[in-house]
Amino acid sequence: MTYLIRRILYAVPILLGVNVITFVLFFVVNSPDNMARMHLGQRYVTEQAIENWKHVHGYDLPRLWNPEAAGTGHVTRTIFYQNSVRLFMLDFGRSDGGRDIGFDIRQRMVPSLSIAVPVLIIELFLSVAFGLAVALLRGSYLDRWITLLCVAGMSISSLFFIIAGQYLVARVWRLAPISGYAGGLESVKFLVLPVFVQVISGLGANVRWNRTVFLEEVSRDYVRTAWAKGLTESGVLSRHILRNALLPLLTTIVVTLPGLFLGSLITESFFAIPGLGSYTIDAIQSQDFAIVRAMVFLGSLLYIVGLMLTDISYAWADPRVRLAET
Amino acid sequence: MLIVLSAGQAYGALTEPWNAPYPLGARGSSVLFSTFQERPKHLDPASSYSENEALFTGQVYEPPLQYHFLKRPYTLAPLTAEAVPSPVYLDAQGRMLPADAPDQDIKRAVYRLKIRPGIRFAPHPAFARDAAGRARYHTLTRAEIDHFGALENFPYTGTRELTAADYVYEIARLAHPHLHSPILGVMGRYILGLDVLAKRLRSEDFAEDAYLDLRQFELPGARVIDRYTFEITLAEKYPQFVFWLAMSFFAPVPWEADAFYAQPGMAAHNLSLDWHPVGTGPYRLRENNPNRRMVLVRNPDFHDERYPSEGEASDAARGFLKRAGARLPFIDEVDFMLEREEIPEWNKFLQGYYDSSGVAPDGFDQAIRFNVDGQPELTPVMAARHIVLNVATQPSISYLGFNMLDSVVGGESARARLLRQAIAVAVDIEEMISIFGNGRGVPAQGPLPPGIFGHREGAAGINPVVYEWKDGRAQRRPLTQAQALLREAGYPAGVDPTTGHPLVLYFDATTTGPDMKSLFNWYRKQFAKLGIELVIRTTDYNRFQDKMKKGQAQIFSWGWNADYPDPENFLFLLYGPHSKVSTDGENATNYANPAFDALFRQMRSLPDGAVRQAVIDRLLTLVRYDCPWIWGFHPQAYSLQHAWVGNAKPNTMARNGLKYRSIDPTLRVAQQREWNQPVTRVLLWAGGFAVAGLIPALVGQYRRRRATAL
Repeated sequence: MTYLIRRILYAVPILLGVNVITFVLFFVVNSPDNMARMHLGQRYVTEQAIENWKHVHGYDLPRLWNPEAAGTGHVTRTIFYQNSVRLFMLDFGRSDGGRDIGFDIRQRMVPSLSIAVPVLIIELFLSVAFGLAVALLRGSYLDRWITLLCVAGMSISSLFFIIAGQYLVARVWRLAPISGYAGGLESVKFLVLPVFVQVISGLGANVRWNRTVFLEEVSRDYVRTAWAKGLTESGVLSRHILRNALLPLLTTIVVTLPGLFLGSLITESFFAIPGLGSYTIDAIQSQDFAIVRAMVFLGSLLYIVGLMLTDISYAWADPRVRLAET
Repeated sequence: MLIVLSAGQAYGALTEPWNAPYPLGARGSSVLFSTFQERPKHLDPASSYSENEALFTGQVYEPPLQYHFLKRPYTLAPLTAEAVPSPVYLDAQGRMLPADAPDQDIKRAVYRLKIRPGIRFAPHPAFARDAAGRARYHTLTRAEIDHFGALENFPYTGTRELTAADYVYEIARLAHPHLHSPILGVMGRYILGLDVLAKRLRSEDFAEDAYLDLRQFELPGARVIDRYTFEITLAEKYPQFVFWLAMSFFAPVPWEADAFYAQPGMAAHNLSLDWHPVGTGPYRLRENNPNRRMVLVRNPDFHDERYPSEGEASDAARGFLKRAGARLPFIDEVDFMLEREEIPEWNKFLQGYYDSSGVAPDGFDQAIRFNVDGQPELTPVMAARHIVLNVATQPSISYLGFNMLDSVVGGESARARLLRQAIAVAVDIEEMISIFGNGRGVPAQGPLPPGIFGHREGAAGINPVVYEWKDGRAQRRPLTQAQALLREAGYPAGVDPTTGHPLVLYFDATTTGPDMKSLFNWYRKQFAKLGIELVIRTTDYNRFQDKMKKGQAQIFSWGWNADYPDPENFLFLLYGPHSKVSTDGENATNYANPAFDALFRQMRSLPDGAVRQAVIDRLLTLVRYDCPWIWGFHPQAYSLQHAWVGNAKPNTMARNGLKYRSIDPTLRVAQQREWNQPVTRVLLWAGGFAVAGLIPALVGQYRRRRATAL
């Protein structure tokens, strides 16, 4: 518990720092005037309209320090303070376009998760299965072929898999819709192709990584001892090799958890999945600082939570690890 | 893959194509399937201005006027109004003046509009009333709003008749400080008292969510005369104002909608007029999920409007008059699906799941070919599917601009003018259209696109600085003439005499992707033909806008899409007082020629006719000679429709065209089934391949088990 409280307290300055960096980077590229122009359109926009937009959205204040305010107003009467503090209460506020960001995030999280969760589970299962198979059959033709395919898979852009998948599976063979999304059970037919494509495009790297992990374990003394004791193959694999390989596997799995919520930009875009990845990119393109700031904050928060979960899972997977000592 | 595909498709695969993005049987009725690429930012008529927003607002809202669906050139026609209004001009004492009175004598221009009785708003909870006549949902608590959550959860809806007050209310909304209407600046200059009202409302500084009852504020420029009549008064003569009355800015908004959406707690559920419009149009927005799809459904209370019975001479032969006199709309529902990428959208069109489509760059060769006369036509594959191609020249222009404040390419000196003319001749716009636009464009001879009054076809319409009329068509002048102009300008062979090196010019642009690189290289080549070195200065969009505003760009690419089909809306781009640098106006090149400005002022007040044409001819002669633009091209839109879509005549001005569209759903379902039979043998091959792949593993495993330790 002490460990967790300490990690949570560490998170506060990290989140504050991320907020400051996001803020500075965003406003280096975009001035409030430009943001106003982007939202008001390019035609017939007057200076008065720009000033009015900035005033209504609070962008007429100084950015980080208000020299004209008194007392704490130096800090609180700034764009940064007015927009950032409530994030720590998980109140994302309104987008510059007027929408409730929390509402949108909740709505878009489901499509992102509906792709990411099956991809994680299927890819984990397949990459562990293939990794174990090639580790056990190392040096065989199967090992060489799978390794070759993995290297090829790692070398090819995921965009290629998407376009090829859409062309072959959806257009030529007509086995699944090219793109789209629906709610409920109907979503299954739309998720088949993006999940398949994402699994295939990510399989190469994961199988290669798992193969390396398993090979290291397979060659250890305790495995030789297990074989020598006459244990069955499944017993050696599941109770010895797989369990001891859990730590590196957990590291890769838990760190990917934030990505589950934040969505995949390219996949969501090509398959018209209304998730959080496309939400962020839309916001960057439309210079909606409120959404960009909220999504970066959420991403940072999820990564911190992910890393904490990693540490906790270490202790769960390996009793020798004690959180207080880390 | 096998398992997932099988499971995923099993539940509906027996009767429908596996790749169907929607159930064909259930949607076999009169539903149009279309797409959108970008979520609309605003659906409030006071704020909305983009094309992608007009796709929805144009069907939901009804301004007093509209463009006739079939007639060309584009003609205004009444929509909710009984007639297209003619202005009454008054002098300073309020006395009536003739229509041709001098502009300076006219102190008021009054437009009186009478709307047709019996028009009703689409059903909405904002109109719901209890037995005592009180609004049911105007005093909701936060808990009640949380309980309902979405519009469809309100058990009661209501409607009421459209009145003149709804139009006046909307005009006042243009001044609302939280709506940020993009036309407030323009209309504030013309509509009497609108800028005063805007200033007053800004000074009130009320909370963002608070309801502001604009009926309590006086606006002398918009007055209700009686239940069905209202007047708009302008502070000066502005003949083009009547075109604005066909835009959604002037569509009626019921005060009940504002009162309903302004209740505390609505915003947390994203319930706002900007997201859930309330109009009198043929459709209402039933589903607004711009992350996935937006659905328009027929407005059950839509008034009696009929399909036009007259149009262009060729309309009857093209089948556009088959439904003449029939009640609108023909389609019950329009489903717009989000498609961010062109490739999936194009493929779904080819599969028959979308009813119409543009031509994606990647699919251009697959769809279009040019015949011996250079005219586009469908490839045999498309023709075999009975797809129809429609080509429309857009009321737009894409051009290269010279900053007239620049010390090298700008100004009135002969040296700069000859330099601009030489470059205009050398930059081969025809080649550009061919390479980068697949031929989809018409080289511009001036700022006016075809179809806009003042544009001339044939020899009389060419730009003599750049073109000559030969063999019955406009031909670009040879490069030697450009080189001669350059020599005359004082840059022989492109050499700057002050440095002894090739003249260096700068092209300012935004970087929008890797595709731009080839275009930039092409620009360099065009300038290199004259010996001029072109340096491309790319920057992000914001900095580019700043450069333009400060007059720091030298040569740049720019464009304009017409708000309304009048030459004023193009020629004002060259009007001196609209300079970008001095007034942040739309004159991006900062061109200033007193003779042009005087003629422009004369032209904008004239009615279409011989006198106006003569003035426009003089205006065009001036700007062609001064050459502040390389005139570029007018883009052409190629659209494809399946055989089951009817009445798809392109109308580049109207935004409310869906009510005319028709569908043959039976033919569509039959074709979709025929074109989308799944190739199931692939799954058998994949299964066989997987089993075959397992055999070596199983054999290896068997051998390992059987092997001895030593």
